Amino acid sequence: MLNNIYNIFFIPEIFLACSSFVCLLFGLFLKKNAFRQTSNLAVFVLLITILLVYYDSESNFANYKSLFSHSSFINFFKILALLGSIASIIISKDYFLGIKLKNFEIPILFLFSTLGMMLMIASNNLMSMYLAIELQSLSLYVAAAIKRDSISSAESGVKYFILGALSSGILLYGFSLIYGFTGSMNFDDISFYLSKFDNLNLGIIFGLVFVMVGLAFKVSAVPFHMWTPDVYEGAPNSITGFFAIVPKIAAVALIYRFCLVPFENFYLEWSQIILFLSIASMFLGAVAAIAQSNIKRLLAYSSIGHIGYILIALVAANDDGIKAASIYMFSYMIMNVAIFAILLSLKVKNEYLIYISDLKGLSKSNPIVSLSISIIMLSMAGIPPFIGFFGKFYVFIAAIEQELYVLSVLGVLASVISAFYYLRIIKIMYFDESKSEGIINFQISFQSKIILSLSLFVIICFIFYPSLFINISASLTI
Amino acid sequence: MIDWPLVSVIIFLPLIGALIILFIKEDELTSINIKWAALLATLGTFILSLILWLQFDYSNPSYQYEEKFRWFDDFNFFYHVGVDGISLFMILLSTFLTPLCILASWNNIKKRVKEYMLSFLFLETVMIGMFASIDILLFYIFFEAVLIPMYLIIGIWGGNRRIYASFKFFLYTLLGSVLMLIAIIVMYRNTSSMSIEFLQGNYFSYNTQLFLWLAFFASFAVKIPMWPFHTWLPDAHVEAPTAGSVILAGVLLKMGGYGFIRFSLGMLPEATEFFIPLIMTLSIVAIVYTSLVALAQTDIKKLIAYSSVAHMGIVTIGIFLVNQQGLEGAMMQMISHGLVSAALFLCVGVIYDRMHTREIEFYGGLVQRMPLYATVFMIFMLGSVGLPGTSGFIGEFLVIVGAFKFSSYVVICAAFGIILSAVYMLYLYKRIIFGTITNNKLTDILDINTREKIILIPLAISVILLGIFPNLFLDPMRLSLELIITNYEIANAK
Repeated sequence: MLNNIYNIFFIPEIFLACSSFVCLLFGLFLKKNAFRQTSNLAVFVLLITILLVYYDSESNFANYKSLFSHSSFINFFKILALLGSIASIIISKDYFLGIKLKNFEIPILFLFSTLGMMLMIASNNLMSMYLAIELQSLSLYVAAAIKRDSISSAESGVKYFILGALSSGILLYGFSLIYGFTGSMNFDDISFYLSKFDNLNLGIIFGLVFVMVGLAFKVSAVPFHMWTPDVYEGAPNSITGFFAIVPKIAAVALIYRFCLVPFENFYLEWSQIILFLSIASMFLGAVAAIAQSNIKRLLAYSSIGHIGYILIALVAANDDGIKAASIYMFSYMIMNVAIFAILLSLKVKNEYLIYISDLKGLSKSNPIVSLSISIIMLSMAGIPPFIGFFGKFYVFIAAIEQELYVLSVLGVLASVISAFYYLRIIKIMYFDESKSEGIINFQISFQSKIILSLSLFVIICFIFYPSLFINISASLTI
Repeated sequence: MIDWPLVSVIIFLPLIGALIILFIKEDELTSINIKWAALLATLGTFILSLILWLQFDYSNPSYQYEEKFRWFDDFNFFYHVGVDGISLFMILLSTFLTPLCILASWNNIKKRVKEYMLSFLFLETVMIGMFASIDILLFYIFFEAVLIPMYLIIGIWGGNRRIYASFKFFLYTLLGSVLMLIAIIVMYRNTSSMSIEFLQGNYFSYNTQLFLWLAFFASFAVKIPMWPFHTWLPDAHVEAPTAGSVILAGVLLKMGGYGFIRFSLGMLPEATEFFIPLIMTLSIVAIVYTSLVALAQTDIKKLIAYSSVAHMGIVTIGIFLVNQQGLEGAMMQMISHGLVSAALFLCVGVIYDRMHTREIEFYGGLVQRMPLYATVFMIFMLGSVGLPGTSGFIGEFLVIVGAFKFSSYVVICAAFGIILSAVYMLYLYKRIIFGTITNNKLTDILDINTREKIILIPLAISVILLGIFPNLFLDPMRLSLELIITNYEIANAK
């Protein structure tokens, strides 16, 4: 018994929750440099959490079995979310100081949100899933509106809150229907109950559809994507970076687990919804991004497009699909970390970069930065030899394994369309003549530089030894 | 034979050169060092690739100098490279043309020399890698990576409409090649192998073949380019800098022909048999139509670009005749076109550097001031027309001989196209070179200098060498082509 109590504190989530409170107190009692110190502490806490997740064993979870589950897939996505969280805290530190937004609560909000995501990924019960989603979202609503004197930030926070609350409501209604018709909250019990039937009854189908809509909101799949570009645009850049990098990981893991655990035998029912979401997201993401002039809106649409590809792998619903999703998510995280590390350090006339056209002439003043941006853009477009290509490649392998030929052809066509706007950024940096040079400043802290170089290294060098990573993702079970 | 990884060294030597250049800081003084480093790297690659030819075993139809490493643990993807009779000359063509390109851009590239040389060295690595790969995924990665440096070369150092041209080039070719990616994955799913060697012995079901064939066709027809997928080519050629056009015409177009031989003929024989009429029709239209279009051009580069489409029409006819003469002719035509059109673009570059215009009307009577230039230009012009004794003749002759076995209508149309090619080339030559100088600006124009001689004379020699000793080139490739034809006939006899 005593042994068990000790063990409880080594459960990563409990450790993270306790440490977050410690961080909060720590920030409260600090007079000077509260923001910087709390951020550093938060990074430290997250690093330890990664270690705990890595050495986590199933026995620790024995007491929570009805609420949370334990598998290699879950651990992988938890680590991915934690890594993303660490990276985004580090790269945004200087930005926050630069715009004089020194509330020490920001890293704490990130910590709580990350905690919510870890619980989301692990949840094995409708109730715990809902609570985890709320913990994650509420922290992010506040984070989006954290710049209180800025109208756009407040607007984005409110917009995010209203739409998020709406989607949570829909989600909850779906849960209640599923609970009502199956009599259970636990994923395994639902799955067991449903295994007795060949067809789903209408109530469960309704519940499933509502839950799918709610989850589509969370991953921002078309047609439930409207909040994404606005929230991305309005929130401070560093918060946008966090939005782009981390919550997507958790939401994707959740939608995978929800489809593949309780409803794995009813592939036909949910796959049609996912199929539509996937095609619509790929094409809308590709087409709508073309017209954007704000780089954050562009990245928002680009992330919508990426979600479309990840959903292809979900439609495939096989082992290759899970592998593809993990590889794609990893590459997505790495590419977003790299691009935001650069965006958060670029200043045009002492203002942080907003418009794509401000990148003009960057290749002259900062050749290395513009080369890095080009590599990231080509990688996002899925051009070999960069990591983004392998993400797409594995997705299509999974799709063709399941004989989804039409879907894969549509996928590659959308990737050609999306290549256009990625190329446009390279065009602006390299092809357009700029009359005014030296306006763009690139100042980057040592820590962000390490994060940036590491992620660029992974983007470029993934091709040389892919097995290192792919062996991990091939061994994942849901 | 050779116990060190020769092919990999050839593939990656330019990349190593690029890495060295990356660390040279660029300013007024050091840009010359960058140029020399690039030149040495590409020359070294060329010399090494000559070893490839000298040590080549003519009696072996399959791959030589093979290197194979496991690349992905979970799938049967290998880093697998090697050279056979078909890829040997494609690699030689790439390694031969790249140093000439570096030389050709010695003085006329003034901005961003470092990036320019980096692009070219990366491009060379990718081109060689593509021709040398025996694993389809590796092939695909190189095939698509070609777009990156070429996009930059056209977009940064190109002409006025360079942005339009570079986007058109990139998106058009990307659209074709992503469909190939799907086809590659389908092939892998059916056979669990990515080896080109293996897949050439393995037959897919008839319906699968038809779909796969169309997917490969989409990518190679855009690349080679066939009518009506050729519209990106004139734009890309006209806007690209001289060296960019040289590589585009000299090597990149050959990727399409190479792909047809390796994939369509080698792996999908029954579907090829089904689609031969389509290819023949498109090729004939290409030859006649683009020749007529070329006749009406006012821009020299555009004229040569359209002539490329017509010449590639001969190549596709030759490939899809699927007999010994046809294939050998197609290969010869590809090599010859690689040399001749590259040389023609370089010749255009020579006068463009001096006068900064490519309008045909601007010139006239150049023979008065530039006799040496007129001579070299004539050799290449005749090579393009296909005069006996030049490289162009061998290819066209062999294709026409082969075509007689297929259909005399094809022969008539192809021959008509060849006559038209003589018309537009001679007409071009007459307008630019002959006559008296009417334009005052041309009175001080200088003849070709030493650097330009160094570029053009090796090309002129090889054009004539190819025309007089075709066996030098035909012997190494003969057995590899025979292997493909035998496989094809066995598959279709079933």
